[in-house]
Amino acid sequence: MNTVPAIELKNITKVFGSIVANKNVCLTANRGEILSILGENGSGKTTLMNMISGIYYPDEGHIFIDGKETVIRSPKDAFEHKIGMIHQHFKLVDVFSAAENIVLGLKDETFNMAAAVKRVREISSRYGFEINPNKKVYEMSVSEKQTVEIIKVLYRGADILILDEPTAVLTPQETEKLFAVLLRMKADGKSIIIITHKLHEVLSVSDRVSVLRKGEYIGTVQTAETSEAELTEMMVGRKVDLNIERSEPKNPVDRLAVSHISCIDREGTKLLDDISFTARSGEILGIAGIAGSGQRELLEAIAGLQHLSEGEILYFDPATGKTENLRDKTPLQIRDLGVRLSFVPEDRLGMGLVGNMDIIDNMMLRSYREGRSAFLRRSEPKTLAEDIINQLEVVTPSASTPVRRLSGGNVQKVLVGREIAASPTVLMAAYPVRGLDINSSYMIYNLLNKQKENGVAVIFVGEDLDVLVELCDRILVIGSGRITGVVDGRDTTKEEIGLLMTKSRYDN
Amino acid sequence: MRQSHNSGTVKEPLFHITKRAAIPWWQSWLIRIASVLAALIVCAVITILATKQNPLEMYATMFRGAVGNARRVWSLFQNLAMLLCVSLAVTPAFKMRFWNIGAEGQVMMGGLASAMCMILLGNVLPEWLLLTVIVAAGIIAGAVWAVIPAIFKASFNTNETLFTLMMNYIAIQLVSYFVLQFSVPKGSGHIGEIPTGWLPTIFGQPYLLNIVVVAVLTVGMYIYLKYSKHGYEIAVVGESEKTARYIGINVKKVIIRTMLLSGALCGLAGVLLVSGTDHTLASTTAGGRGFTAIMVSWLAKFNPLYMILTSFLIVFLEKGAIEIATVFDLNSSFASIITGIIIFFIIGSEFFINYSLKFRHAAGEAKS
Repeated sequence: MNTVPAIELKNITKVFGSIVANKNVCLTANRGEILSILGENGSGKTTLMNMISGIYYPDEGHIFIDGKETVIRSPKDAFEHKIGMIHQHFKLVDVFSAAENIVLGLKDETFNMAAAVKRVREISSRYGFEINPNKKVYEMSVSEKQTVEIIKVLYRGADILILDEPTAVLTPQETEKLFAVLLRMKADGKSIIIITHKLHEVLSVSDRVSVLRKGEYIGTVQTAETSEAELTEMMVGRKVDLNIERSEPKNPVDRLAVSHISCIDREGTKLLDDISFTARSGEILGIAGIAGSGQRELLEAIAGLQHLSEGEILYFDPATGKTENLRDKTPLQIRDLGVRLSFVPEDRLGMGLVGNMDIIDNMMLRSYREGRSAFLRRSEPKTLAEDIINQLEVVTPSASTPVRRLSGGNVQKVLVGREIAASPTVLMAAYPVRGLDINSSYMIYNLLNKQKENGVAVIFVGEDLDVLVELCDRILVIGSGRITGVVDGRDTTKEEIGLLMTKSRYDN
Repeated sequence: MRQSHNSGTVKEPLFHITKRAAIPWWQSWLIRIASVLAALIVCAVITILATKQNPLEMYATMFRGAVGNARRVWSLFQNLAMLLCVSLAVTPAFKMRFWNIGAEGQVMMGGLASAMCMILLGNVLPEWLLLTVIVAAGIIAGAVWAVIPAIFKASFNTNETLFTLMMNYIAIQLVSYFVLQFSVPKGSGHIGEIPTGWLPTIFGQPYLLNIVVVAVLTVGMYIYLKYSKHGYEIAVVGESEKTARYIGINVKKVIIRTMLLSGALCGLAGVLLVSGTDHTLASTTAGGRGFTAIMVSWLAKFNPLYMILTSFLIVFLEKGAIEIATVFDLNSSFASIITGIIIFFIIGSEFFINYSLKFRHAAGEAKS
């Protein structure tokens, strides 16, 4: 057996401005092994892998492939060393077929589609992929696109495969399939490196785990000899309680009723298709679904940002007892009706906040219109900004730091803090913990829980099914813009939700 | 087990680029000043190679050309004020990420409107009313010229860069046509001095009025952008239209309102040029300021106070360069080369403020 590691990193350092993305990181991956790189968002996992695949160049340190020092200056160099990376965001041409995408960019090959299709089939059957080489990418599900990306690097002869958060977009069932394929590749002698922050995945598939924290290499453990608790501690730096408390809803009343709403995009595709549900006060309503199933459109429709082709959105005002129809109202009109609707959108810096403005100016986004003066009043937003910084422990040099300079978790605290400060009666949050470290995530869950206890109707769009099941009172599952099921958070399983998520996709 | 590696075969690139952390303001100014010095040295070398002239003498001439006597100083400030005025005009649009490349045309339309009032109404209206009409007509003409592309952008999302650019050519052709119509003597293609409708002078200084007006505008624009609700809306729309919609800003309204302002200020620049100083109209009245202003505004990062500096720099270089060309009897292109090199270095210095180069590790240093 060859004892030389397939790839070895020694003292790799990479600095971006004042941010140290990787500091003296050492790693090894062997042939016939699955190595997980575990770390919270922003711990430098992707940066490290980008240096192996030639996208970045390390400031310091050495890379050895099969024991030989190697300089990887470009993705082309990486391919020559048989390194292939599957990025989190796919890089495929929509109008091309799977096979066309796979051979795209290969130079030294006589153009022979039939032969290419044949080889794609060979690779597929060897590792157990399910793919039709002639299917166009735009007709594919996310999981199929990922398969194309993996075959693409195998086709180019990669022996070292790097997968960046491969399960982020998959349902539990699709994840199982992917892992089966990875195990077969491992048996074939490939080295597989998976970047992830999900603990149970690490434990189920990998042989060894290397942990990064804030750019630093913490250590490597054998998966068989470790536990979820130990890994969390390595990742976070101390013991963390991973329980979410769920209180019983206190006398819930209907707050928002969405009835039979539909909306279509420019091409006439239905983004939302006859959706009806009710959100109640003092309750967290979860929304689960594969990314892009209409979650964004649904929340934007309620917030007055999405034109509806059919249906009504009714708001039951707890102060006046009146019922307002929010359909086709602008966000300003909705506010003028006295509807206290807060919305934490998915796109924090592109929609919820302005990245180049400081925290104070971002606080003003909601309130700057108040008063008759033509000039801005910055004193109240400043107080609010300072309160949020103190109460939510936002790490920032000052209240006048542009929010884009803050880390993801702190950006989210600023946004959620502002939305909660408006003392809402309905609070909508789309993927509020995406990209956040464990501590910030739990702080956000607690804030949502507190809002629920205050009688707010909370709507929570999430992607981590474990969290949805633990946090929400009821869970609405949507697929392709349609409701495919409503389950009770207290007696459902993530497998059940996973099945509901994919239901309508295969029905139509 | 194989022996590890042979470091002789490993080729590290000579240097690679890394992003800098935020640097203190004085350090960034040092880099800027160093870039000007470097530019002067490069210019000196080129001067010696190309013209065999003494570069120091050439720089001295440049300086004299810009601020050599009182008349030149006044002229420098007049040019500075006019360039600054147009730069201030395009700035709110740019902050909104609306690329108004049409300032030239908007200035021309303002100038055309005021010239027509001067010619046609000169002996009809009383002086005070005439001047009011001139100023109002110029401002409205500029605003109208700017708001047309804005309406199309807001309603149909047309490309404002191309639209405003094309509007320039229409404006210049219109001016050429009217210059021919009003030319004295008929058909000469020159209007000559229009006797009526001159803006008043302060202390007998022909340029002082313009300078004072622009100084007030500069402060006003700074306050407008930084402290007014409108300025805040402009910034939000510019940074992210999605955020603007999310918080309920009427994006269309902001686009149209801001372009009205932008065009109105361009129109005012046209009035100041035609009725304030030139007292005539030609197709060269705007003199390319509409385009130079884009550079002034960008170099100052859309800050009206910094724009005083950047427009001074550009006017100074232009004036100096013209003097070099005359005194040393050089082709005027040489002056442009010098100006070009200096501006290139100044813009290039921004790269070194944001990034630094890391050179190859010294041998043996990186061994672990």
